[in-house]
Amino acid sequence: MTASSRPKLAVWKFASCDGCQLTLLDCEDELLGIADKVEISHFLEASSATGPGPYDLSLVEGSVTTPQDVDRIQHIRAVSRRLVTIGACATAGGVQALRNYADVAEFQAVVYARPDYIETLATSTPISAHVPVDFELRGCPIDRGQLVEVITAHLAGRKPDVPAHSVCFECKQRGTVCVTVAHGTPCLGPVTHAGCGALCPAYGRGCYGCFGPSDSTNFPSFIPLLRRDGMDTLDIVRVLRTFNTAAPEFDAVSREELDQ
Amino acid sequence: MTHRGSRVLHVGSLARVEGETALYLRMDGDRVAEARLAIYEPPRFFEAFLRGRSHTEPPDITSRVCGICPVAYQLSACRAVEDACGVVVDGQLGALRRLLYCGEWIESQTLHIHLLHAPDFLGCDSAIDLARTRRADVERGLRLKQAGNAIMELLGGRAIHPINVRLGGFHRVPTTAELRPLAERLRRARDDAQETVRWVAEFEFPDAGCDNDLLALAEPGSYAIESGTPTVMPAPSTAGLPPGSARSLPTRTFGVREFGGHVVESQVPHSTALHSLLDGRRHLTGSLARYAISGRWLSPIALQAAQDAGLGDPRQGTVCRNPFRSIVVRAVEVLHAVDEALRIIEAYEPPPRPYLEVPARAGTGHGATEAPRGLLYHRYTLDADGTITDAGLVPPTAQNQGAIEEDLRRLVQQRLADGDPTDAELTTLCERAIRNHDPCISCSAHFLDLTVEWTGNGW
Repeated sequence: MTASSRPKLAVWKFASCDGCQLTLLDCEDELLGIADKVEISHFLEASSATGPGPYDLSLVEGSVTTPQDVDRIQHIRAVSRRLVTIGACATAGGVQALRNYADVAEFQAVVYARPDYIETLATSTPISAHVPVDFELRGCPIDRGQLVEVITAHLAGRKPDVPAHSVCFECKQRGTVCVTVAHGTPCLGPVTHAGCGALCPAYGRGCYGCFGPSDSTNFPSFIPLLRRDGMDTLDIVRVLRTFNTAAPEFDAVSREELDQ
Repeated sequence: MTHRGSRVLHVGSLARVEGETALYLRMDGDRVAEARLAIYEPPRFFEAFLRGRSHTEPPDITSRVCGICPVAYQLSACRAVEDACGVVVDGQLGALRRLLYCGEWIESQTLHIHLLHAPDFLGCDSAIDLARTRRADVERGLRLKQAGNAIMELLGGRAIHPINVRLGGFHRVPTTAELRPLAERLRRARDDAQETVRWVAEFEFPDAGCDNDLLALAEPGSYAIESGTPTVMPAPSTAGLPPGSARSLPTRTFGVREFGGHVVESQVPHSTALHSLLDGRRHLTGSLARYAISGRWLSPIALQAAQDAGLGDPRQGTVCRNPFRSIVVRAVEVLHAVDEALRIIEAYEPPPRPYLEVPARAGTGHGATEAPRGLLYHRYTLDADGTITDAGLVPPTAQNQGAIEEDLRRLVQQRLADGDPTDAELTTLCERAIRNHDPCISCSAHFLDLTVEWTGNGW
């Protein structure tokens, strides 16, 4: 394929740790192959060459936390045929959304001697709060295999095959003994979106929800299970308010817990 | 002369670094009056929201400061909380931590060498561009990077934000049989790492020398990675030597607990990253500092590669102060990390338990480790029940900002003395000067808005 006939890929970054776009560079076996199939038009972490839009596929990492971000995401949407968010920051506000429960002025004063030099919003919000999003890829960080699937699905003009079921399915597929049933370890697997391959239970710890809520959750049944296994209200609120703080399901349940 | 009178330039974007940064240069006649590196990362307030969290949480939470060096955050956090709770992790658990960190060094340093930095020396925009003419070199880099990731994936569960690190050790430790295939892979990686040192040693390096105090951890008998004592090698000018001097000077040390008394942070209007000074002076952390302070403890194979690459013999007191050559030092460190990982795997015996208990107690703890791009310090104050009441994180890039600005000022000044640079030449020079230090500005978009202001009558 000539450069001009290849689809144009762009990678953008908002408030985040860079981990999700690093996942693309971590596709060591596929990286040069992907680079043959698409024209990487804008990916500043990897290349100082930037090409003009419009872009066929924009991957967006990070959450919206500054007034400039609000304008920039509008522009990116306008120049992108398809826009896919990658990671917990872009899909659920990220760990920096913990500010949403606090007084940001006080937060600024903790970190900075002169908070007035710092321009920031009171909230950290997902990309979908500002513009229409074509697909959201979960995870903190995203999974390499799922990222390759999203890119190749786009190239083939089909829907990405990224399951929306819970981590429990992946534990079963992997043959991992349930840490809750066998050891009474609190585990967010039943309410967490699949994608990581059920890593934590395989390493003997409970899932801590870094892929955010699955598409079907049953918190009224689930919360008593966490309490049975030794978590108190504060523990439950902390685990729900970590990397996917602004995901509506986690946010709502953590508020209910605190209200009780 | 193309520049006369007052002049302002806005130029391009700085790629192949982590984070958003802008550069401001003010010229007064033919003199660089001011060079400011302005980091515009949107603040994420980790130090604020860590308050109220449990003492068990910093390893998972602070890893999210940076996807490029999460292990550095996890292990600095563990060391600081364990220090507060009076627990020391050593023996095979300590060795496994070092092995995990070797994985991050191999992955992160190789990423910087091949994908971010080498294109500067070979006139390319990216490693993908580079692969068109030097595919074997890029493939070797990707293979080496993959070997680092393989360590992190086995020991940490995944390469970015590993899930297997906890206070006191690990959730699960590997069996000897699980590590065996990794050793085979690392033996191949050692050849790739040696080849990489030879490859980068052939690049063309501009003459340059930095005159900053160097700060790195030191641990006699070992090239310090996951522990050590903060050690300072003074700038040559303090001893009346020329700035690029290759002679080492007597070092001084201070305890990790005294870190805050020596490295003092302050806020400047042009940056969201705090600036820091070491005992009131500019300092540099990272590969050059580590090589100067711990170089003599490199494995024999890495030490030989360093000398063959023209870095001199650190056992004879030779130091490298040319920031452009940091890519060579980084390649030597990758070779050392591969060798060290093999040594740890060969000596491995599974510990009886995957972790030590770390019961909470009231107090303040301090921890520092060597992130790939320099010394990373954490401090936590805990309540008796383990609730964090105060947290402090001092990342390497914030410490290096002053030294990077000094590099920019000196290099631009030198370039002006050599003739009349175009805007494009100045931009390239500044971008290279910044990339030499592998800055990790892990927030926001990656823009370098270069502003050059020319004033005075000399133009």
